Amino acid sequence: MGYPYSHDLEVGTQLSRHFGDEKARTLEGWKELGGYATLPKALEMDPDAITEVVKNSGLRGRGGAGFPTGVKWSFMPKEPNGAHYLCCNADESEPGAFKDREILRWVPHLLIEGCLIAARAIRAQHVYIYVRGEFFPFSAILRDAVVEAYEGGYVGENILGSGWSCDVTVHLGAGAYIAGEETGLMSSLMGGRAEPWIKPPFPAQSGAFGRPTTVNNVETLAAVPMIVAEGADWYRQWGTEKSPGTKLWCCSGHLERPGTYELPLGVNLREVIYEVCGGAPNGKKIKAVIPGGSSTAMLTADELDCAGCYEGMAEAGSALGTASPIVMNEDTNIVSAMRRIAQFYAHESCGQCVQCREGTSWTAKILHRIEEGEGTGEDLDTLYHLCEQMTGRTICPLADSVVFPLLSSLDKFKDEYEALIKR
Amino acid sequence: MSDAAKQITLTIDGVEVSVEAGTTLLQAAEHAGVVVPHYCYHPGIPSRPAQCRMCLVEIEGQPKLQPSCVFPAGDGMVVHTTSETAETARKSVIEFLLLNHPLDCPICDAAGQCMLQDYAFETGQLRSRYAEAKMVLGRDRVADDILYFGDRCIVCTRCVRFMEDIAGDNALVVAQRGHKAYIDTFPGKDLDHAFRGNIVDVCPVGALVHEDFVFKARAWDMDSSPGICPGCATGCNIDVNVKENQVVRTKPRLNPDVNSYWMCDHGRRSLVMANRGVRAEAPMIRQAGELEPASWNEALAWVAGELDESRGIAVVSPGVSNEDLFYTRALMDRIGIQGGTFQVEQGDEVTLTGFPKLKLRADRAPNATGAELHEFRRSEGLPDVPDGATLVVLGDALSGAPADYGANAGFFLYIGSHMVPAARNATAILPAAIVPETDGTFVNYEGRVQRFHRALRSPGVARPTWMFLSRLLEQLGGEPGVREIGDAFAVMATATAGMEAMSWAGLGLRGELLSEAGQPAVAAE
Repeated sequence: MGYPYSHDLEVGTQLSRHFGDEKARTLEGWKELGGYATLPKALEMDPDAITEVVKNSGLRGRGGAGFPTGVKWSFMPKEPNGAHYLCCNADESEPGAFKDREILRWVPHLLIEGCLIAARAIRAQHVYIYVRGEFFPFSAILRDAVVEAYEGGYVGENILGSGWSCDVTVHLGAGAYIAGEETGLMSSLMGGRAEPWIKPPFPAQSGAFGRPTTVNNVETLAAVPMIVAEGADWYRQWGTEKSPGTKLWCCSGHLERPGTYELPLGVNLREVIYEVCGGAPNGKKIKAVIPGGSSTAMLTADELDCAGCYEGMAEAGSALGTASPIVMNEDTNIVSAMRRIAQFYAHESCGQCVQCREGTSWTAKILHRIEEGEGTGEDLDTLYHLCEQMTGRTICPLADSVVFPLLSSLDKFKDEYEALIKR
Repeated sequence: MSDAAKQITLTIDGVEVSVEAGTTLLQAAEHAGVVVPHYCYHPGIPSRPAQCRMCLVEIEGQPKLQPSCVFPAGDGMVVHTTSETAETARKSVIEFLLLNHPLDCPICDAAGQCMLQDYAFETGQLRSRYAEAKMVLGRDRVADDILYFGDRCIVCTRCVRFMEDIAGDNALVVAQRGHKAYIDTFPGKDLDHAFRGNIVDVCPVGALVHEDFVFKARAWDMDSSPGICPGCATGCNIDVNVKENQVVRTKPRLNPDVNSYWMCDHGRRSLVMANRGVRAEAPMIRQAGELEPASWNEALAWVAGELDESRGIAVVSPGVSNEDLFYTRALMDRIGIQGGTFQVEQGDEVTLTGFPKLKLRADRAPNATGAELHEFRRSEGLPDVPDGATLVVLGDALSGAPADYGANAGFFLYIGSHMVPAARNATAILPAAIVPETDGTFVNYEGRVQRFHRALRSPGVARPTWMFLSRLLEQLGGEPGVREIGDAFAVMATATAGMEAMSWAGLGLRGELLSEAGQPAVAAE
């Protein structure tokens, strides 16, 4: 359907089936394609029954951490004691990830339906869809869809005559990576700087505007309607025991066919890169892959035989993250790539925790110096020391996001660093 | 809640302590005599972002180090604040903070009182591994009277959070982010809150400095005395910092019952400015129509001889101590003057939302309650002096009075510190020490009697009023004069309603409320 590439391994669920089909953007078109069929069913269900289905499906958070979604919902207070909020995290800012963007711009109504079902499950009366500021054109598509949904009676007062009301607000961020962290997102939503806060209090106790809040990723919420419609067992036909279902894979870098593919979890990473994406172009060899977005540990070309699921990638010494492999061919200078990543995180550090504020920029400066051929032998020791001191010492995991790729590159491509230092 | 008072027991650095449930580890550690180094935590500021990561401690059974400023103490917890992991983490925080720090301690006003300097020395890192060029942010003015040295700033955000949580005015923000972050005023807003000076006090390093103090004194060159702010009726507890017999700055001193950790800017200026003007430095007596200097013995004997029982009036200042007021009243009783009035300068009231008890109160004098307690009457303006009457003036009551005030008095006794124009009409001038030059007590708006201590030497032979008036009374046939403030207070306390049970030593540095007999009418506030 005009969408760049597809592959036999792909699973075309509701999630990606209509990517590239402009018809899916309008309410009318979306209804023709079978949209909003699950909402009436969910409106008749008990909130806890919805949570139960999602819990049984084993759906895990698609934002990177992979926390079981149904379990997260069950943390919300059951007794109504005031406002509850659902925040949809559309602040997709991890370098390498571009799956939420595809959902926003091709199937916005799917996301709205997912949000409403989730809001019903957690007893929320208001959904905030926090879209990253750079997604301006896509947020306009989403906004139009929300307006249509209001007009069609799917959102707002007395939804589909059920007596249940829920509002949806599209909120545009101002461009901060860390607004993608759930507490950072809520800080920003409330009008403050996108600064994560220390937990406890957890969002389910005191989140946005001091009320119980659940924050879910776009892809997570978009998977909810089909799970509620078809059941947990249906969803479990794909994936592994611990990572059921399908996942949008965002493949970028030196690839013949880069793009977004919906693949079952547990798919072999080598297969994703060589079969689905056709490997590196021009017959080049692949040197390294950062498998889950720039904040995960690098894998060498020899380490790619691993299961593309949460537990499989952890076993391989990396993380599934947002399932966004960034592929680097044999011509890539690993130090330069790493410097660029460190620079990104130094730029995006919110500046609260000292280790992150100073550590990320120091790391970037050292890497830059090594890249320029001014490195010294001591620099590698310093980098190792920095990795040690930046891990697990901060409020949020932004500092760790530099450490994972940096440490793996130091371990696996030490010769490249040393070659630049000796030059 | 029932578990609010529940006691839990935990071990911190090998010391077993019992604390109330809900206490943070940092506070619990204080019970064990352990100070956990910290920057962003300030006991007076409620928000705890736990962002400086300096107070990380190791808790047995926890995989990660935890910030002790927010982590609640748990029953049976075993905490190590100085384990190798905790020490290494702390050391690396210091290393990170010093990366772009200018190390300009030799010219920094915080040197000697700087938490960054202290911990840098404590962790003993003399060599930096940082080979890169330092970032330079430079200097800015965040308020009319406050400078911001961006390079020294460790972005602990105490100042931002003081303004937000305590002052209730979001005038300060963190600008930019990451390693480029600095403190600035909110776009389009001015930092002009009446309590803004506290941001200088909460700054753990030398990033925020009062412009009237910058480069004036090194921490170790100053003496400090506990005082009471004379700026308004609140009676904030302060430390008076003195260098070379000059008050160079005043800082709030913790008193949870009065001012917590804070004071206002009006108060800060009041003592620094107290010594302006021409001081009365020696006793003077009028002989052959001219004021002539005299020794204390001469002057007191002369005044005792000249003063006789007569009708007359008295004007006192609400800015002098209870002891001064008491002995003035005693003198008036001895020579038969009744009544006596005082004026209180008025100003706008300013409240501090985060600590409502503390206000810059409309009464801009520290001891109006004390003056009322000694039966002086509040009035507007100065009373007319009947021709030939005796006039007793105490303190700075005549500032702003017409130059011929008191010229028609029969006997004009001026007991004051400054040579204001009207003082030149006096028959006798007894030079008094001003507040930071003497010990004494004030009674604040709610009837709290609070001690202040001497911080300066008086110019010339000026002496505390209570001291020389007690000697004058002795010459007029009264009790022997007193030389110690404790004695003066004791004499006063026995004769003053509400103070009967008080003693100078017993007041301590936090003061005591008057008993019911002396409670001021305004205490209902």
